[in-house]
Amino acid sequence: MGTHVIKMPDIGEGIAEVELSVWHVKVGDMVVEDQVLADVMTDKAMVDIPSPVHGKVIALGGQPGEVMAVGSVLISIEVEGAGNVKESAQPAPIKEAPVVAPKVEAVVESKPVAAPAPKPAVCQGPMVARAADERPLASPAVRKHALDLGIQLRLVRGSGPAGRVLHEDLDAYLAQGQSNASTVSSAYTQRTDEQQIPVIGMRRKIAQRMQDATQRAAHFSYVEEIDVTAVEELRAHLNEKHGATRGKLTLLPFLVRAMVVALRDFPQINARYDDEAQVITRLGAVHVGIATQADIGLMVPVVRHAEARSLWDSAAEISRLATAARNGKASRDELSGSSITLTSLGALGGIVSTPVLNLPEVAIVGVNKIVERPMVIKGQIVVRKMMNLSSSFDHRVVDGMDAALFIQAIRGLLEQPATLFVD
Amino acid sequence: MQTLNTTLLIIGGGPGGYVTAIRAGQLGIPTILVEGQSLGGTCLNIGCIPSKALIHVAEQFHQTQQHHQLSALGISVSAPTLDITKSVEWKDGIVDRLTTGVAALLKKNKVQVIQGWAKVVDGKTVEVGDTRIQCEHLVLATGSKSVNLPILPIGGPIISSTEALAPTSVPKRLIVVGGGYIGLELGIAYRKLGVEVSVVEAQERILPAYDAELTQPVHDELRKLGVKLYLKHSVQGFDSEQNTLQVLAPNGATLNLETDQVLVAVGRKPNTQGWNLEALNLDMNGSSIKIDNRCQTSMRNVYAIGDLSGEPMLAHRAMAQGEMVAELISGKSREFNPTAIAAVCFTDPELVVVGKTPDEARTAGLDCIVSSFPFAANGRAMTLESKSGFVRVVASRDNHVIVGWQAVGVGVSELSTAFAQSLEMGARLEDIGGTIHAHPTLGEAVQEAALRALGHALHL
Repeated sequence: MGTHVIKMPDIGEGIAEVELSVWHVKVGDMVVEDQVLADVMTDKAMVDIPSPVHGKVIALGGQPGEVMAVGSVLISIEVEGAGNVKESAQPAPIKEAPVVAPKVEAVVESKPVAAPAPKPAVCQGPMVARAADERPLASPAVRKHALDLGIQLRLVRGSGPAGRVLHEDLDAYLAQGQSNASTVSSAYTQRTDEQQIPVIGMRRKIAQRMQDATQRAAHFSYVEEIDVTAVEELRAHLNEKHGATRGKLTLLPFLVRAMVVALRDFPQINARYDDEAQVITRLGAVHVGIATQADIGLMVPVVRHAEARSLWDSAAEISRLATAARNGKASRDELSGSSITLTSLGALGGIVSTPVLNLPEVAIVGVNKIVERPMVIKGQIVVRKMMNLSSSFDHRVVDGMDAALFIQAIRGLLEQPATLFVD
Repeated sequence: MQTLNTTLLIIGGGPGGYVTAIRAGQLGIPTILVEGQSLGGTCLNIGCIPSKALIHVAEQFHQTQQHHQLSALGISVSAPTLDITKSVEWKDGIVDRLTTGVAALLKKNKVQVIQGWAKVVDGKTVEVGDTRIQCEHLVLATGSKSVNLPILPIGGPIISSTEALAPTSVPKRLIVVGGGYIGLELGIAYRKLGVEVSVVEAQERILPAYDAELTQPVHDELRKLGVKLYLKHSVQGFDSEQNTLQVLAPNGATLNLETDQVLVAVGRKPNTQGWNLEALNLDMNGSSIKIDNRCQTSMRNVYAIGDLSGEPMLAHRAMAQGEMVAELISGKSREFNPTAIAAVCFTDPELVVVGKTPDEARTAGLDCIVSSFPFAANGRAMTLESKSGFVRVVASRDNHVIVGWQAVGVGVSELSTAFAQSLEMGARLEDIGGTIHAHPTLGEAVQEAALRALGHALHL
């Protein structure tokens, strides 16, 4: 028997630390080659860490939510044969102790958000989310008690061996606030329950980036009203003519196209600003980040080289990326490298929004909802489809005049949609 | 016609019905139980209990016979004789005590028992003779009946398990049609009473519901006892003049098997006929009434429990369902959601199956460890002159949670308790391996099977 130690791998270029999101194994589990041991998070990509060996897990290197340095010990596995750790260095590590040590320093010299204080009451492990048909492990007395309390056992975290739900777990579940249990009490009862949700994983990442963006960039927002009647007519026509064969178009590919065309005259807006090096990099390529709501939070998959894509090409790519992001399947590459971002809440778009920049980009274009409004055109009141664009710019490097002109260019292109395709 | 009103009406006084009534009585629910024959149903009167009594008689007789012939234990006795009338009286005594006990329990819990055959009028009305009973909740617990073969109608030399459990004389020869647990339990008992027994089974092995490894010790014992097995043979008919049973051999030949009696034991079917169940027009699940996990039928406040609701047709399932239904009616929140229901065959040797067999686990897509420990390595088994059989455990490979137990061997029926409990408690192999099992007992094989699954059995 030997010990095989797996270290936190270098997942992407230049990343020194990685957040451990979820363990898929625990101490004592037998694992087989290629079995997923843990999910770790970098930027906004979730990465599986598979096991390179067969064996038994003897120690875990950290808690979910912990930020670990690349190269620190992630997990130790007891394997047949020699393993990759010298026996002398690691005398038969049956107990966890010797392997845990490096973890402590790996908990990282960094981050204003310190490693989360242990709050055991709140669901940490992966044990809560059971499949609908998965039978929770629990004794008959626990099952009966849960029924009496109206608790769905499936939702209760089991702290016993193999995730067995204990009486204590039911108590903890109840104490956690009966929000999930079907409470029969009146809607007007005073509530004193509170819930603590550890900010880890995806949420921590989002929080950091949002805070970073608002602290560093000088946000300047600009809202303009656009008559989208013509472009909507064109869209309807194209969908009628080609929808069956090429797929349906939403407004997003038109917006992408408008940005691509408008950006030809505004290279300062398709740029990244490295404020530490004090360098602005203007990009020829237009890589459009598409802000997407996934279950675990906001993700921004990137439509690469939008300047070289047709409407349908863009549409297909947006749809593919959105699906991948929602399913957590988007790769790290697909989630990084944008040069400008487009954000849309669709029907929930509201009248005005104040988008937060996706640093180091210098511009983000926000789409509000389309409404029919009476407009005065040549002295006549006519019904037009109107939509607002709410955009934000980094005022440190984008002047207000340029920003306004850029949005006016987009407006012009969308109101005269033929110009989208005239070079 | 007089009319009675009650909250709960139960049709059938078998293990399902009478347990429902007792629990309902405890919970203060006004309850009427209708029974056409005897309280206790098939189980107490013509099933579980009388068969175990007869098996005990047969075993005692067989043991004495052994000592008379060649006793390794050094016991010598003169040739035993059997007064089957007295044996049946003894068995009837047990049945009487139990059914009287059920009646007393029902009375104690203020359940009104009405003797007679129920006829369903609608979901809230049942007639018994010239009495009309109105209820809020109706529990159907009419049990099951032996399946008959049209070519072997019961009568004369052709008997069902009911007749086989109340013999007036011991036949010289008996052919059992059906190699399932009922046929084998009775066939083995008759063989031990000195009857020449043959078993005709259409499938290629006995106890076809279980896997070959598990049934092999029973197969071996049948051979040793001199029970003739006609496997893959099917019954063609019975010649009542010659007293021969015609069976079709797998090679296409027809055999004429001489016999004095033929026991038909080819299974049981839900008792859905003759009490106007059709009036309710309930959703069915094959030949049984379709129920949900609260034993509710497709009609509101009409429940079906026990054999009437299908497989597994086991008294202990019916009792558990009955208890639950009474609690549901009392307003408690309940569901029928056992991890496992033990099934026991009182063959020689006995056979127990609880939870998933290795085959079932595989079919369910579980990656499992399967491990067994033989009674040949168990001291207690040796002192019981029993060396055949084993305990087998099936556990999930990833977290070692036990998903099934099987055992075959002398006296293993009593291990069903430990098996069922370990499954309901969600035990892992380490839990059973880490529980000290008393020495010397058969139960040590349970612990050893778990240890062996973990790779370190001690006595193997």
